[in-house]
Amino acid sequence: MFDTLTDRFEGILTRLRGRGRLGDAEVAEVLREIRVALLEADVNLAVVQDLIERIRARCTGAELAKHLTPAQQVIKVVNEELTSTLGGEALKISYAPKPPTVVLLAGLQGSGKTTAAAKLARWFRQQGRHPYLIGADLQRPAAVEQLRVLGTEIGVGVFSEPTDPVSVARQGLAEAVRLGRDVVIVDTAGRLAIDRELMDEVRRVSDSVRPNYTFFVVDAMTGQDAVQTAEAFHKTLQLDGIILTKVDGDARGGAALSVKQVVGKPIAFLSTGERVDDFETFHPDRLASRILGMGDVLSLIEKAEREYDGDVANQALERLQAGTFTLDDFLDQLRQLKKMGPLTGVLSLLPGVPKEMRDAKVDDRDLSRIEAIICSMTPIERTDPTVLDGSRRLRIAQGSGTSTTEVNNLLRQFKEMQKMMRGFGPMAKLAGGGRAGKAGKPGKGNRKKAKGGRVTPSSRGLGPTR
Amino acid sequence: MTLLIILLAVALAVVMSAVLVIGSGNRRRTRARQAAPVAPRAPLSPPAPLPAPLSPPAGAVAAPPLEAPALGAPEEAVVSRPVLRERLGRARGLLSGYFEGIRSRKGIDEATFEQLEEALILADVGVATTTRVLDDLRSRLRDGTLSATDPPALLQALQADLTALFDGDVESLEYGEGDGPTVWLFVGVNGVGKTTTIGKLALREMQTGRGVVLAAGDTFRAAAGEQLETWAERAGARIVRGSDGADPSSVIFDAVQHAAARGSGLVLADTAGRLHTKVNLMEELRKVRRVAERPPGQLTEVLLVLDATTGQNGVVQARQFTEAVGVTGIVLTKLDGTAKGGVVLAIRSELGLPIKLVGVGEGPADLVPFDPVEFVAALFG
Repeated sequence: MFDTLTDRFEGILTRLRGRGRLGDAEVAEVLREIRVALLEADVNLAVVQDLIERIRARCTGAELAKHLTPAQQVIKVVNEELTSTLGGEALKISYAPKPPTVVLLAGLQGSGKTTAAAKLARWFRQQGRHPYLIGADLQRPAAVEQLRVLGTEIGVGVFSEPTDPVSVARQGLAEAVRLGRDVVIVDTAGRLAIDRELMDEVRRVSDSVRPNYTFFVVDAMTGQDAVQTAEAFHKTLQLDGIILTKVDGDARGGAALSVKQVVGKPIAFLSTGERVDDFETFHPDRLASRILGMGDVLSLIEKAEREYDGDVANQALERLQAGTFTLDDFLDQLRQLKKMGPLTGVLSLLPGVPKEMRDAKVDDRDLSRIEAIICSMTPIERTDPTVLDGSRRLRIAQGSGTSTTEVNNLLRQFKEMQKMMRGFGPMAKLAGGGRAGKAGKPGKGNRKKAKGGRVTPSSRGLGPTR
Repeated sequence: MTLLIILLAVALAVVMSAVLVIGSGNRRRTRARQAAPVAPRAPLSPPAPLPAPLSPPAGAVAAPPLEAPALGAPEEAVVSRPVLRERLGRARGLLSGYFEGIRSRKGIDEATFEQLEEALILADVGVATTTRVLDDLRSRLRDGTLSATDPPALLQALQADLTALFDGDVESLEYGEGDGPTVWLFVGVNGVGKTTTIGKLALREMQTGRGVVLAAGDTFRAAAGEQLETWAERAGARIVRGSDGADPSSVIFDAVQHAAARGSGLVLADTAGRLHTKVNLMEELRKVRRVAERPPGQLTEVLLVLDATTGQNGVVQARQFTEAVGVTGIVLTKLDGTAKGGVVLAIRSELGLPIKLVGVGEGPADLVPFDPVEFVAALFG
């Protein structure tokens, strides 16, 4: 979602890089560009003005003049200000000493509360908790039904009855205590901030369950209005955090900045897709880097840890280092990769992926096609592709419903990859074990200095693709 | 393309494995293995056979605003629809402050334009459209068509310009002229109010005496079918549903066949909300459209439902959906909040799409035809 904002900043910064020294006029021009970029990203006007003023104060005069590379200094300032606007630390949930910990979700209609409730429940389950869902949205037809279906899918109990939201919440809480659940998530009906009656109702719901956390659910596509809505909800409910939804679209997500600024509470979670596990905790520093085009390596690692099978990965790495990486291993990796969701999603998290590649329409069905080709090979062919002659290739193409050209391409690429990986093997080992050694050929994309052991292999591993 | 993907896939796979090995070395912790993640569009597990928690009577207790207008005065409401300005009135304080300030000043200078710019941007009109409109005003000031000492005239000119963007017409919804049922297809991103819009329209169209069939084409979101069914009951319309996870095209096909067989005049086809960036889901939508326009059905409207709180992403949405399924008009929902919905100005000026309906409240009578004069006037307060 932050891609477009990233692109704009990249454009501005590229031009800045060419300059030796920045005069006041140049700084003003840059600030104007940044202002437009932020406004087009739907960051609230007041927030933009505030941000620009702070950047201006730091970019003019003494502080900047001292630096030999002003462009880098501007980047640093923008980055720091973005990060501080987005909030210092990630929200850490502290559980109530006397369970259950109660979480209340509120927001406008259609912001994604019900889906977020289910995703949050699943997230708590992953943290080893025992969540319980309360469907207090009696307004929208079939909202409770939706929650029940989702609850069944993730294996979390749902309480609701067609009385009124306040008593549903109260009884649901009592039921959760009876069942010994330690986290209770209350889904409420969507409402407009100016609808006094419904705002009173959600306040009464809140009073009756005394939530430990009240999250404001907001759509990443929201425009300038995000600020007013957030203010109104904050006044009524005392928000503790924000859940930003529909982050997987291409909205530039300025609402995140605005709401954060107004409410002064951290963005706690991002809802990043249609599957119930497309849900991440939010890290402001990572997001700021993402806005500035540095990629979000840490989120990627977490996603990998969640989806990737450790043993398979270990084996793959060993073979890789030994230089015996076969098409079978390749197939395993491919399947692991597919589990992580759409390829474009994964790509957008990687640092240094060129814009063309990020924007390329990667069709996930192509993955399946490659899978089909390999699956049409015999075990011998998979371990030793050299036995593949013309007739075998034709058979494989027919068996997988592809063409011999596609089979040939795959084999050629695979061969090059093997070469590439022989260089990569020792590097990974170096990063993991800390053993000093000559690290083969790092791809030319290796443009970043290693920040730490865990970041190194990612940025290097990407190198050869460029 | 395939080559690139192979390379990418493998590079990523290697990154993952390396990262993981290192990660697990650093902090070995128990990872509860979950069941394989649900495939993006896998059919949901069938809903538990629970008593419908939201049968209309129950809904009536919890949601008087939904029921009352439906039964109260629908006939009258259609005739004398709620005035947009009144509805928006609750929320217009913010912008009218700007315009009052400009009006009360003696002359027009750069500060005036800065204020106008701020006001329009706060209404979500967007930087590009705002700049275009204001530059035009500036040039008219320069060539003397507008007086530099008459701020109210400047505001009037701005208001006229914005209204003129919509050609001053009230766009109406088209019915097919042939024998088969007319089909209106509703598309949009998640949570904009597609199903609710269809429900309200069904009520309205039933009152005009047209037989209405609802096609529950949202087979993805949990309980979307149930939601539409509730509306069908309220409106007395027929509904055709598929099983969860069924092909939406087939549901809509069945609905058209059903309408044709029954002699119903109108099919309102719901679709699952989808982000315009999801290539495969947009492909699915193309297919839905192809099926919907097959005879005997006559597809006359493809309506993009847009949430008034949407910011500049609304333009991207409109562009992508138009490209994929040829949007014929926009339905702007939730305009009764504090959002101004100015993004439709940007959409209109960049893509030329007409705005056909606006939603200004929870009741069925609150879905009204778009009136550009009222809409722009409401922006100005």
